[in-house]
Amino acid sequence: MTDDDLVFRALADPTRRLLLDRLFERDGRTLTELESQLEMTRFGVMKHLRILEDAGLVVTRRSGREKLHFLNPVPIRLIHDRWIDKYTEHRVAALADLKHELEDTA
Amino acid sequence: MSTITALTTQVYSVFIRATPEQIWDAITKPEFTSKYFFGSEIESTFEPGARYVQWAPEREREWVEGEIVESDPPRRLVHTWLSLWDDDQGREQPSRVTWEIDAGDDGVSLLTVVHDRLEDAPKTAASVSGGWMRILSGLKTLLETGEPL
Repeated sequence: MTDDDLVFRALADPTRRLLLDRLFERDGRTLTELESQLEMTRFGVMKHLRILEDAGLVVTRRSGREKLHFLNPVPIRLIHDRWIDKYTEHRVAALADLKHELEDTA
Repeated sequence: MSTITALTTQVYSVFIRATPEQIWDAITKPEFTSKYFFGSEIESTFEPGARYVQWAPEREREWVEGEIVESDPPRRLVHTWLSLWDDDQGREQPSRVTWEIDAGDDGVSLLTVVHDRLEDAPKTAASVSGGWMRILSGLKTLLETGEPL
C-alpha cells in the first residue's frame, strides 16, 4: 500500500475520524483519556490508533511515564496538495474563463 | 482553529525520500528555506548559543528570532522561537522547536518537528499550527521533485 492508500484507509472509518477530531480539540492525550470518550474496549481503541499511526496521522511521544498521542495533520495536507488543489484549481480557472468570456461579449 | 484548547506541544512528521544530509541542508541553508518557508531565508551558524533568524522575504524584517540550543548534524537541531511577524506574538515568551531526522533503510527519512514550551505563547501556538503543516508539505515536495510547491 502507498502512503496515500494508508491515509485514505485510515480516514474511511467513523471511529478513527472521531479520534482525530478529539485530538484536534485537545492534542497530546493518553490512551486512557481517548478511551473514556468512546463506547469501545481499550483493545478496540488501540487497534484504531495503530491504523492511524501507520498512516502517520497520529504520532506518539513519551512524556515521563505516559505515552501521549498527537494529531499529525501533515498527511492530510499532502492529500490536499495532491488531490484537492489540483481539481479545485481547474474549476476555479474554468469559472474565471467563463466570467471573462461573458463579460467580453456583454 | 478556535476550538483548540491546548496547544502547548505540537508534533508534525513526514516521510521524505531523501537522505538525512539532504534534509539537514534543506533546513539550514537559506537558498532552500526561501523555497518552502513562506519565502523566508534562515540565518545562523548553528553553533549552540548562536542566534537563529528567519528573515522576511528581501530581508525586510525578522520574522522569527531564537537561539540555537542543540545542533547535531544531520540528526537533530533544537532552537528557541519567538515570532516577530506579529507584535502580540513578539511580546510572548520564547517557545522551542526541535527538528529530528531519522534515516530509514530504504532511502526514506522521517522528519519530525516538535514545537513545544508554548504554555506562555498561546497566540504563537495558534498562529504556527497551520504554518508547520504547509512548511513540511513544501519541504517534502521540494526535496522529492526539486520544485517548490
